[in-house]
Amino acid sequence: MTDLWHRVGLVTDIPRRGARCVDSPFGRIAVFRTAEDRIFALADQCPHKGGPLSQGIVHDTSVTCPLHNAVISLQSGEMAGPDEGRVRRFAVRVDPLTEVIELSLADNAERLHAAE
Amino acid sequence: MSEKLVVIGNGMAPGRALEHLFATAPGRFDVTIFNAEPRVNYNRLMLSPVLSGEKTYEEIITHDDAWYAVHGVTLYKGNRIEAIDRAAKTVTAADGTVAAYDKLIVATGSSPFIVPIPGADLSGVLVYRDLDDVEKMLQAAKAGGRAVVIGGGLLGLEAAAGLKMRGMDVTVLHLMPTLMERQLDPAAGFLLERSLKARGIDVVTKANTKAILGTDKVEGVELDDGSVITATIVVMAVGIRPSVHLAKDAGLSVGRGIIVGDDLQTSDPDIFALGECVEHRGVCYGLVAPLYEMAAVVAAQLCGDDAARYLGSVTSTKLKVTGIDLFSAGDFAEGDDREEIVLRDASAGVYKRLVIKDDAIIGAVLYGETADGAWFFDLMKKNAPVSAMRETLIFGQSYQGGAPLDPMAAVAALPDDAEICGCNGVCKGKITAAISQKGLTCLDDVRAHTKASSSCGTCTGLVEQLMALTLGDAFNPRAVKPMCGCTELSHADVRRLIVAKALKSIPEVMQELEWKTSCGCAKCRPALNYYLLAEWPGEYQDDKQSRFINERVHANIQKDGTYSVVPRMWGGITSAKELRAIADVADKFAIPTVKCTGGQRIDLLGVKKEDLPAVWADLNAAGMVSGAAYGKALRTVKTCVGSDWCRFGTQDSTGLGVRIEKFMWGSWTPAKVKMAVSGCPRNCAEATCKDVGVICTDAGYEIHFAGAAGLDIKGTEVLTQVKTEDEALEMIVALVQLYREQGHYLERIYKWLKRVGMDSVRAAIVDDLDERRRYFDRFVHSQAFAQRDPWAERASGEVASHEFRPLAEIGMKEVTC
Ligand code: SRM
Ligand SMILES: Cc1cc2nc3c(=O)[nH]c(=O)nc-3n(C[C@H](O)[C@H](O)[C@H](O)COP(=O)(O)OP(=O)(O)OC[C@H]3O[C@@H](n4cnc5c(N)ncnc54)[C@H](O)[C@@H]3O)c2cc1C
Ligand code: SF4
Ligand code: FES
Repeated sequence: MTDLWHRVGLVTDIPRRGARCVDSPFGRIAVFRTAEDRIFALADQCPHKGGPLSQGIVHDTSVTCPLHNAVISLQSGEMAGPDEGRVRRFAVRVDPLTEVIELSLADNAERLHAAE
Repeated sequence: MSEKLVVIGNGMAPGRALEHLFATAPGRFDVTIFNAEPRVNYNRLMLSPVLSGEKTYEEIITHDDAWYAVHGVTLYKGNRIEAIDRAAKTVTAADGTVAAYDKLIVATGSSPFIVPIPGADLSGVLVYRDLDDVEKMLQAAKAGGRAVVIGGGLLGLEAAAGLKMRGMDVTVLHLMPTLMERQLDPAAGFLLERSLKARGIDVVTKANTKAILGTDKVEGVELDDGSVITATIVVMAVGIRPSVHLAKDAGLSVGRGIIVGDDLQTSDPDIFALGECVEHRGVCYGLVAPLYEMAAVVAAQLCGDDAARYLGSVTSTKLKVTGIDLFSAGDFAEGDDREEIVLRDASAGVYKRLVIKDDAIIGAVLYGETADGAWFFDLMKKNAPVSAMRETLIFGQSYQGGAPLDPMAAVAALPDDAEICGCNGVCKGKITAAISQKGLTCLDDVRAHTKASSSCGTCTGLVEQLMALTLGDAFNPRAVKPMCGCTELSHADVRRLIVAKALKSIPEVMQELEWKTSCGCAKCRPALNYYLLAEWPGEYQDDKQSRFINERVHANIQKDGTYSVVPRMWGGITSAKELRAIADVADKFAIPTVKCTGGQRIDLLGVKKEDLPAVWADLNAAGMVSGAAYGKALRTVKTCVGSDWCRFGTQDSTGLGVRIEKFMWGSWTPAKVKMAVSGCPRNCAEATCKDVGVICTDAGYEIHFAGAAGLDIKGTEVLTQVKTEDEALEMIVALVQLYREQGHYLERIYKWLKRVGMDSVRAAIVDDLDERRRYFDRFVHSQAFAQRDPWAERASGEVASHEFRPLAEIGMKEVTC
């Protein structure tokens, strides 16, 4: 299952500057849509104290955690500023014509790269 | 004997290919063209000036009849090819003509997409692709009335501008929140929308068309939200689809377009394809520049240069509406690996944004001033390193190398009578004199004494330069604390400018006030959202994505990601029915904790997000609404039992508390507002440490405010004393409205008072009865839009239903989406 692309919904299912969740065997995954329609997927857990990042405020390609305001890059999964910590990323790809979002649970950097 | 070349379609792409071909190898091919359109090759891009009346058809012809004659081309006008027989190497036209080929070019272009909604086939529903369409529009424009254009992309907006210039009323309906979202970022999209509106074109964004209305011809358009716009014509400009049927029927490989390699051959080596009908490396183009590049390659291939290759194109877009300058190219999404340079000159309506990655420009959006578009585009295509000119890059080509004028020297050189502040007519001499004579050291003081830069604020920079010149090192421009890292402006500046410039949306504020980031941050966006909501009740559309999660989902997030739910208990009064409903909900949804809060009501803690709508529905059914325990809003009005029961009670404190809460619930405020009413000076409701408190006495009501009992502890100040309950309510409402209009985001009432001073509050609310009434009335007006239970709206599933459901589940059950 892990090397499949899973169809999770349409770009328009997610509000701009917002997120929706996907449940998976790896736990909750937050799928974000930026103001400019880029899509990212991260584990829905802040490296600080596990805050649900899907509930945060999305700005540019970052999200501010709802619990204690850590800022996390959607692109790298890393915490901004002096804090250290990283959230697991998942590869996503979007079909430009149908706007269908597909997500991969595969744990390989290659796929993340290909999807970017 | 020359080879036979047959061309299907006579658009811009094959036209250009033939020009190359005749230049390189005249006479090599015997050319036959079939064109479905009944005319010669013309410049399709220029249809918009024809529509608007700025050009005639004759002026936009590319190849006239004489051209075809000179080159010995047989052109079939108005004769569509219906079939390609690849085995026999012939094509067959609609009128039965059969033509044999050695080489074939398919250049069928694309066709407008018609949204399949009811009424799409009515007479009066038009598209915008060729001269016939323009003629139909012109015919309709003669009769006048309203044209509705569906689609706010390049074509739709050009059609709209043209029809407007021809005297029609025009409404543009666009599905997305901003216009031309594929080419423009939201800031530029907003500027564009504003210029179109300034020309009298109505623009409705987020407009989902449900149906076109009419019996045999168009009479109107109905949107999703039920609104109806009357219309005499509807122009559909929602996108194009490559015309591939012919190629598909002939068995060529076809994806979205006809698939071609870098040599522009289709899956049949004798058949080339180019233009909007092809798909090259997975991309279909809709602009002319790539097609011209393809044309050169096709011509070279036909002349025997097998090495000629088309490698794909980077495209740029310009909108051809006279008076609107707009340019966009490349990839302008934000990202960590990218830097952006943003230049905003609000007074000149200019917005420029460059996106830089690995020291090269990868995207550009220019609005209002596009002269440098070509230069940026060139740097971008060449992947040229920009670090050496990074500082001045955004100012454009003419700035490179030249010594930029020192702005300080320019201001110093101004004569004393030079006007600095246009709004208030203040000249340089008056400002410098005030600074030195009155010893002013901060901008706010200069504003207070001279009025300079106190209206639209665009001359703020100049005033600051004058202060720096006059005061030297004593001047510290950063004395005002900026709202956040996205702007230099303080909360006070932003609030003032929102009013002065009538700014009505977050992108508009960011553009006009020259935000340094494209999308703000988690500090400024919630603040702007509040300021706009408070300033333009009923008009401003709340931006949910700019709210902290608690306010977005109307419940308090807890440390484990669950939520707490606190229903209102008016004035701390409850009933058996309400308590039973709370108990039932706690059982039904297995809510782990039920707690009495410090605000005289009950908190249900640990509710799963998915359960929230159902929990609310049950509480609603028992008559309870949201207690806004999560909001920068009215929280609780605590009361004591008062004259109803207490032996010391002087007035009906419980009744007044309930009355205040029922009157004021739902309102948004700069920070949370908590109130209390005590029935006598023993003060059992702790009214003297609240944002607003009332102490009842035999003589009436003592109105207190500006207390604190959280991070700071502070007793209240007495605002005034009134005789009746009605007066007390009016006074409190007016006070809160004053605070709503002046408070900075997250500034509690006691901090606001400290900033503005007791005198100013008393002057507005206590001393001037008319003024008090005006504040009261404005609060009442805003309540008309605010007093809706957010829980009921969400429990009904009509608002934000996406919040409470996961998008999909992978692996656990079947994938749902
Ligand atoms: C539930 C409650 C505690 C309780 O169990 O009693 C509570 C719970 C929280 N308080 Fe409180 N406060 C509660 C009464 C108070 C009171 C007492 C009162 O209202 O009479 C105060 C002191 C009075 C005041 O506000 O000045 C109080 C001062 C604070 C403060 C400090 C505010 C300040 O400006 O100094 C915060 C932090 C903040 O707002 O930034 C805070 C924040 C919070 C938050 C919202 C923390 C957060 O941001 O997530 C807690 C939410 C828990 C939840 O999900 O319900 N709470 N909090 C009380 C809810 C009252 C209600 O019915 O709405
Ligand atoms: C109003 C308007 C404004 C535009 N503005 C711009 C702009 O500013 N910048 C820009 O870069 N691009 C612009 N474009 C797009 C640009 O015009 C097109 O990219 C370009 O014209 C496509 O050229 P083409 O040769 O592929 O197809 P077309 O020019 O569409 O030509 C295709 C031709 O083939 C004919 N045909 C189709 N099927 C058959 C058949 N089976 N048999 C015979 N003939 C057939 C059609 O009738 C048509 O005449 C604009 C387009 C329009 C409509
Ligand atoms: S005092 Fe208020 S904010 Fe602090 S832990 Fe208790 S409820 Fe939370
Ligand atoms: S859990 Fe995210 S900042 Fe603390």
